Amino acid sequence: MAAGNEHDQRYAVGFDPSALAEIERRVPAGEAAPLAPNAKLTWIGKPVARIDGRAKVTGAAQFTVDVKLPGMLYGRLLRSPHPHARVLALDFSAAARYPGVRAVLALDEPVGRAVEAPADSSGPEAAQRRVLYVGDVVAGVAAITPAAADAALRVIKVDYQPLPFVVDLEAARQSDAPAVFQRPVQAYAAGMQSGPPVPQQRNVRGPNHSGSRGNVEEGFAQADVAIEGEFRTQVQTHCCLEAHAVVADWRPEGLTVHLSTQYIAGVRSELAQAFGLPLSRVRVVVGAMGGGFGSKLVAGNYVRAAVALSRRAGAPVRIVLDRREEQLDSGNRPATVQKMRVGAKRDGALCAIALDTYGTAGVALGAGVGFVAQGLYTCENFSIAQSDVFINAGPGCSMRAPGNVPGAFALEQIIDELAETLGMDPLTLRDRIDPNPVRREERRRGAERFGWSRRQPPGADPGSVKRGVGVAQSHWGANVRTNSSCEVRILRDGSVEIFSGTQDIGTGIGTVLAQVVAEELGLRPADIVVRIGDTDFPAGAVSGGSSATASLTPPARNAAYRVLRELFEIVAPALGTSPESLVARDGRIALADNRRGMTFREAAAQLRTERISAVAGRSDDYGGFAQKSGDRASAQRMLGGVQFAQVAVDVETGIVRVERVVAAQDCGRPMNPRQIESQVHGGILMGLSYALYENRTIDRHTGHVLNADLEHYKIARSRETPAIEVIILENYQGTSATDAYGIAEPSNIATAPAIANAVYNAIGVRVRQLPMTPATILAALGRIPTRSVRG
Amino acid sequence: MNSFEWVSVSSLAEATSAASDTVANAMRSQSGQPKTEAIILKAGGVDLLDLMKEGLLSPRRVINLHSVAELRGIVEEPNGSIRIGSMVTLAQLAEHPLLRARYPALVDAANQSASPQIRQVATIGGNLLQRPHCWYFRSLDHHCVRKGGEACFAFTGENQYHAIFGHNGCAIVHPSTCATALVAFNARIELAGAQGRKRVVAIEDFFLSPDQDIERENDLKPGEILTAVLLPALKQDTRSAHMRQGELESFDWPLADVAVVLEMRAGRVCERAAVVLGAAAPVPYRAREAEAFLAGKQISDQGARGAARAALARAMPLGGNAYKLPIFDALVRRCILSATNRG
Repeated sequence: MAAGNEHDQRYAVGFDPSALAEIERRVPAGEAAPLAPNAKLTWIGKPVARIDGRAKVTGAAQFTVDVKLPGMLYGRLLRSPHPHARVLALDFSAAARYPGVRAVLALDEPVGRAVEAPADSSGPEAAQRRVLYVGDVVAGVAAITPAAADAALRVIKVDYQPLPFVVDLEAARQSDAPAVFQRPVQAYAAGMQSGPPVPQQRNVRGPNHSGSRGNVEEGFAQADVAIEGEFRTQVQTHCCLEAHAVVADWRPEGLTVHLSTQYIAGVRSELAQAFGLPLSRVRVVVGAMGGGFGSKLVAGNYVRAAVALSRRAGAPVRIVLDRREEQLDSGNRPATVQKMRVGAKRDGALCAIALDTYGTAGVALGAGVGFVAQGLYTCENFSIAQSDVFINAGPGCSMRAPGNVPGAFALEQIIDELAETLGMDPLTLRDRIDPNPVRREERRRGAERFGWSRRQPPGADPGSVKRGVGVAQSHWGANVRTNSSCEVRILRDGSVEIFSGTQDIGTGIGTVLAQVVAEELGLRPADIVVRIGDTDFPAGAVSGGSSATASLTPPARNAAYRVLRELFEIVAPALGTSPESLVARDGRIALADNRRGMTFREAAAQLRTERISAVAGRSDDYGGFAQKSGDRASAQRMLGGVQFAQVAVDVETGIVRVERVVAAQDCGRPMNPRQIESQVHGGILMGLSYALYENRTIDRHTGHVLNADLEHYKIARSRETPAIEVIILENYQGTSATDAYGIAEPSNIATAPAIANAVYNAIGVRVRQLPMTPATILAALGRIPTRSVRG
Repeated sequence: MNSFEWVSVSSLAEATSAASDTVANAMRSQSGQPKTEAIILKAGGVDLLDLMKEGLLSPRRVINLHSVAELRGIVEEPNGSIRIGSMVTLAQLAEHPLLRARYPALVDAANQSASPQIRQVATIGGNLLQRPHCWYFRSLDHHCVRKGGEACFAFTGENQYHAIFGHNGCAIVHPSTCATALVAFNARIELAGAQGRKRVVAIEDFFLSPDQDIERENDLKPGEILTAVLLPALKQDTRSAHMRQGELESFDWPLADVAVVLEMRAGRVCERAAVVLGAAAPVPYRAREAEAFLAGKQISDQGARGAARAALARAMPLGGNAYKLPIFDALVRRCILSATNRG
């Protein structure tokens, strides 16, 4: 129900508490009234405890692995032991006869990788499946016990014809390297949604120049100084604590899929299309989750296998990946090599940035380095050449701020070096070249908290353990998905529910929705029952692109606002007033001056039907979006972040310890500072772990991943955790009913370069390679002897 | 993981007559598949569970030593030596007041092993007998020479975590951090065989280099049980220190691990030194050149530096692990000084 027409409203804008002004915005019909800054609110912006916290710490929370359906079978996948092979024959006869086995099938058309152009010939070779990496799926089995499924996998006979392979990025670029794909790959290039066709020479697909602007030659000609460097970043894996898990239940009346996923609605569309079902016959459900980080955005091969096995067996089928499968075949952050050159005037003004980069996402596209160098600083002349290099390794996919994490590692070190060359403080240089007012404020607040003014010259610390400090910045789109909605119901007993077909991957969106509805209805968050994680609910948002809070909190608030208007209409006569004069506050519906009123519960008791409800969808940002394409949009602002790191480097052992990180981040209106801090902690730890430890390692001779477990794959743990302080900038712009945007990805971008700059400040040597292990640091310091090497 | 029988025994006699195989011989095969008829012993079970989960070990029967009281306890003998039962957990060892007072290097090694949770269940016996953590050895897809295969993949492969000494045909590093300290203390290993036959061997003789036997790290015989670790009584002014450096400070395998035991006289003069390097070779590596360098000298910063250089004089790094040399160099030097200053 809409309240009036499009109209103008006044909004407080600026950074709280220091700089609030008022502006007028044109607002569509049916939008809730302007929301005051957080200081004046009851629940929004307050550190409300997670609604699922108790269930999670007591073990009561139900994850996908806890779903047990009657007659459920256990599925397992057969995976390639070869890095590259042709599958000449598959013999399922023994597996099909194995006691307890209910279905066996070949997985002929795997998804999640680059797609070759169709073959010209229709000969037998063209029809034969080729496995492209160790861990590539070959077949699936469903049986009544996990042990029977495992045993059946072992008796599937596969006749592999091993083919030449390449797993090393540099080797794969050679013109005589074994070809990963036989034919050109269709789709767009590194990191690009669209663009002109891209050349391909064997394993190298590129270069793609899109995003270039101006004239870099002229820019460099005008420059007083030029800084260049080659930066190498490694493959990082998502390492979700909760493994990828699915229970698929195919029935004549429709398909139900219980799935640990970041996007139930997207998976529903994918599966409907893959299995020829209407959307109305596919339901995707998710309970509690233990992380996704980009690796659970789509229905992978294991989900399709579970559905197909369930259809064939006529029973629900569960598949849970083990840690080895997680590491080999659930996605990763691609490796990159970035050659960057930056030219500047003596006063710091940037004249040109040239970025030549290649990387590998294994058998997938997407090794681009985002839009960091392209857009973080003012620079008229920018050239970019990006290439994807294919290798015989598991496909990369989105991972927390894809592209930008390696991209920032390169740019922010170059900027640090530029500042030193110009004899400027790195913050002063950024004040000169960074037009963004959010980051300017974050630099100011962050530097003060961190104690930046105590910074010493590079390598100034005496002794073998040297301390250093560094700073780096990030930007990220304020992303919104317009295909997002919420329904708020008031029931006759006074209880309230909010429904949305989104999912809580651990970010706390459910808690935020309860806060928003409670604020609007004058109730407490604990009074609101949050129902999410089911495609039967109104279309929710993806938990990706840091867009869920921006997409869902405005419709949650507007739905609450509209259903409350309906309740006001119903009770106004009894209170002898008009609906417009009523307010909901402290569990009561009353006149603004509180002279006459009733409890919320008494008001609800007057409902003519058992419940009333309102559904609201995500309206466009007030004043419009900066970009919109289909359901995807981004606001007319960028989310800024500035992180400061302090490290201690032992120059004799090469060990880097991060002692302290101060992060100043912006997400528009902060909805729940406790959850935001928790997100930023996670982003920093993931960034720290990327900077110092994580590195998927493949044997170049056998093609096998050697650290496909959490023993040999090093990841930061408790004792690697630094002191972390989070400064949340309240940035009001009055662009939606909540003015809230995301935080998850922005907090992961600046950490590695801040650490790298701190390492430079500590030891006076620039480390341009990740991870910064003792081997890397000692090599940079020239401390590794070259004698008596064998092997 | 395969199905297997689980048998709990409550006495040493029962245990010695029950087991037929060591883990090493249960894993060894020409085919690359572990034996399926093996009967093996389980102490804390930490490493066993890993090996079985990965399909590297598929025993028919597992004998649980948990309830064998004779294998528990830390006892001081009348002559001042100490007997540590093989089922003593690393946590118990690290908390023992006598050990803390006299053998700080061993306590530190136990404390720096694994994680707090694992130290509660992992035993000293199991810690010494665990299989190496070389990523080729731990991979079913790499049938390496230590499992009965033809080759060591590390020499031409990814060897950043491998040996810099003694890698003759196999480049594993010995997995036990406690062993580094125990070798430095000249500990002895007590073993019980069938019919209660006991033998006691010096720990250095117990560990086997690839030259001696490329398929096992120690001389445990099928049917034998490691019953105790015996620490000799210490000379009057004995000082010790242990240091370990992993990439991670939390739960990680060391890149370098050093234990130093110094017998001192008259202030800073070292009568006799033991310098042992862990994560350096297929067995704990006794740096005899460093020991000789220190003997009879007053210990100084310069002396510690010289000893570190001597310790690494014969190192033969592989393609990807020369970075370990400066780390060992720093740790040996620091460990000598730390032990000296402990007095």
